[in-house]
Amino acid sequence: MSKQSAAKATSAAKQASAAGRPKHSTISGLEVEECYRPEDVTGEIGEPGSYPFTRGVYPTMYRTKPWTMRQFAGFGSARDTNERFKYLLAQGTDGLSTAFDMPTLMGYDADAERALGEVGREGVSVSTLADMEVLFDGIRLDRVTTSMTVNCSASVLLAMYLVVAERQGCSWKDLGGTIQNDMFKEFIAQKEWICPPAPSLRIVTDMIEFCMREVPRWHPVSISGYHIREAGSTAAQELAFTLADGIGYVQAAVERGLNPDEFGPRLSFFFNVHNDFFEEIAKIRAARRMWAKIMRERFGAKTDRACLLRTHCQTSGVSLTAQQPLNNVVRVAMQALAAVLAGTQSLHTNSLDETLALPTEEAVTVALRTQQIIAEETGVTNTVDPLGGSYAVEALTDRLEKAAWDYINRIDELGGILRAVEIGYPQREIADSAFSFQMTQDAGEYVTVGVNGYQMDEPDDRVATLKIGLDIEETQRQKTIAFKAARDASKVADALARVGLACGDGTNLMPPIVDAVRLGCTVGEISDVFREKLGVYGDPAWI
Amino acid sequence: MAESKLRILIAKPGLDGHDRGAKIIARALRDAGFEVIYTGLHQTPDMIAEAAVQEDVDAIGLSVLSGAHMTLFPQILTKLQEKGCGDLPVFGGGIIPKDDVTELKRLGVAQIFTPGASTKDIVAWINENIRPRA
Repeated sequence: MSKQSAAKATSAAKQASAAGRPKHSTISGLEVEECYRPEDVTGEIGEPGSYPFTRGVYPTMYRTKPWTMRQFAGFGSARDTNERFKYLLAQGTDGLSTAFDMPTLMGYDADAERALGEVGREGVSVSTLADMEVLFDGIRLDRVTTSMTVNCSASVLLAMYLVVAERQGCSWKDLGGTIQNDMFKEFIAQKEWICPPAPSLRIVTDMIEFCMREVPRWHPVSISGYHIREAGSTAAQELAFTLADGIGYVQAAVERGLNPDEFGPRLSFFFNVHNDFFEEIAKIRAARRMWAKIMRERFGAKTDRACLLRTHCQTSGVSLTAQQPLNNVVRVAMQALAAVLAGTQSLHTNSLDETLALPTEEAVTVALRTQQIIAEETGVTNTVDPLGGSYAVEALTDRLEKAAWDYINRIDELGGILRAVEIGYPQREIADSAFSFQMTQDAGEYVTVGVNGYQMDEPDDRVATLKIGLDIEETQRQKTIAFKAARDASKVADALARVGLACGDGTNLMPPIVDAVRLGCTVGEISDVFREKLGVYGDPAWI
Repeated sequence: MAESKLRILIAKPGLDGHDRGAKIIARALRDAGFEVIYTGLHQTPDMIAEAAVQEDVDAIGLSVLSGAHMTLFPQILTKLQEKGCGDLPVFGGGIIPKDDVTELKRLGVAQIFTPGASTKDIVAWINENIRPRA
């Protein structure tokens, strides 16, 4: 830090509030100077499309092609969600993104006792191949790209997608899309799991290996900071833990004998875009630079393509307020603009009503239009990395990078991310940050408009919300039971036994899972095999 | 504070993995001087009622952000009745629409905190409304 900025830091510290938080700091608590100057910038900026890609992964960025507008959708039955997909495609989204319900995400069928009350409520219910066929009914899978947010049961859902594609007459080689499949961040933040961390990592690695061979245009893992941030991390923690998770997957794939130059380009990322405008832009710029260095210096990747951090972004769900919900449109617009100025490859914009319920069609449309307004009306797509070279943005990029390397070094000292997750290191760091932010907010040091500042009396029915009938659960339950009854029971049992065998002998799990799905085995049945053969993970329940 | 600390069970029913709120509340209640027992994630209604009995708590706080509250909250109330502690105060929080708040209160949930509630509000409510069980 220069003398000038050190002096500024002291003056900012003098303005610290009663509870000790500097008045001029990012939402993550990073102190911000009054003014930045050339000497505050130390990191390598480079050129867009060139190593280390601080300025973006492509030389021409949105001048050639805007980002992919990909709205996450899923609720109720497969038919309900299929209709929402078709609506979104008709409104100009470029890609599909599937939200599954909690039972699907945790590997339970709609007819399981554990699924009671949760079927179709927080996403679409998919237990059987028949559900998956209805979900993509009338949508040629070789003509769209699809993102599927699912993790511990991802292997089964990917197998179902492949079998639906094959029944539509599509070649696996032509399928493009992403499956989230990031189990480290499940243990760290989103907390949907079946098996303990080590066998979970094995399944992820099986999927990377299988997709390299069989579904070459697919992204078999989306290394996700989104949920880490939503769980309460700071920006630097989101950056660090996401890249540390990525290191874990690359390490496992290399140990499997895969070549980082071959699988590297198939890894994709997913970041949160929170309220603090410049901090978020800096975070994503730092992420690109750090990942390039990780792939080249740590894993010896020779090609530039393997060093590219291509990312999806989503605006921050936790930043939205139930109070004065129309204000959320403004928050989302600014977060979306930050994602675009940071050079994202695809974007989901949240809907204004998501603190109240899953979004209505009207709310989703406003969210999508927000992206279209940024792309068509603001002119920000004309110039590549328009903030590159800004002293403030570059200095903040450097600071986030340094803070994130400190965490990554700590994780290396602990023995790597698998070990760190097993002992709960990132989990505790995030819980501490979440608690300290809540205290900051409760003390009024961080003002959220409408919540702890600028409050007003409002009618309860200010915005209409989506209602999902309780009858969907019973319908799905009956359909699942009927589907199971119509199968050849002995073939199902044999197929499940072959999955069980692969669990034990360490061969790649995907081929027997695809076969099992073809024979009608369900999400819950295959997940039960994982539970039996690979073990069950339980929440350590730290406070 | 009263001479004997209030014992509060913070519980996460169902498959929902969102535990940011539950953990913040657990820690804030502990800092406010209560004894806090946290169940961890993915608990069935039966497990929660059983934990409440075993731990001899004075109230239960439920956190649900998965939309399953209209099924899970009433089931927990029923399980508590079956175990002879139907009078144990149950409060909750999460993404819970206003209409559902009204219905849950009618069914016997003592209070529902929705997004934006501060930890201070929740501590104050417990101090005003929860008494040690004899």
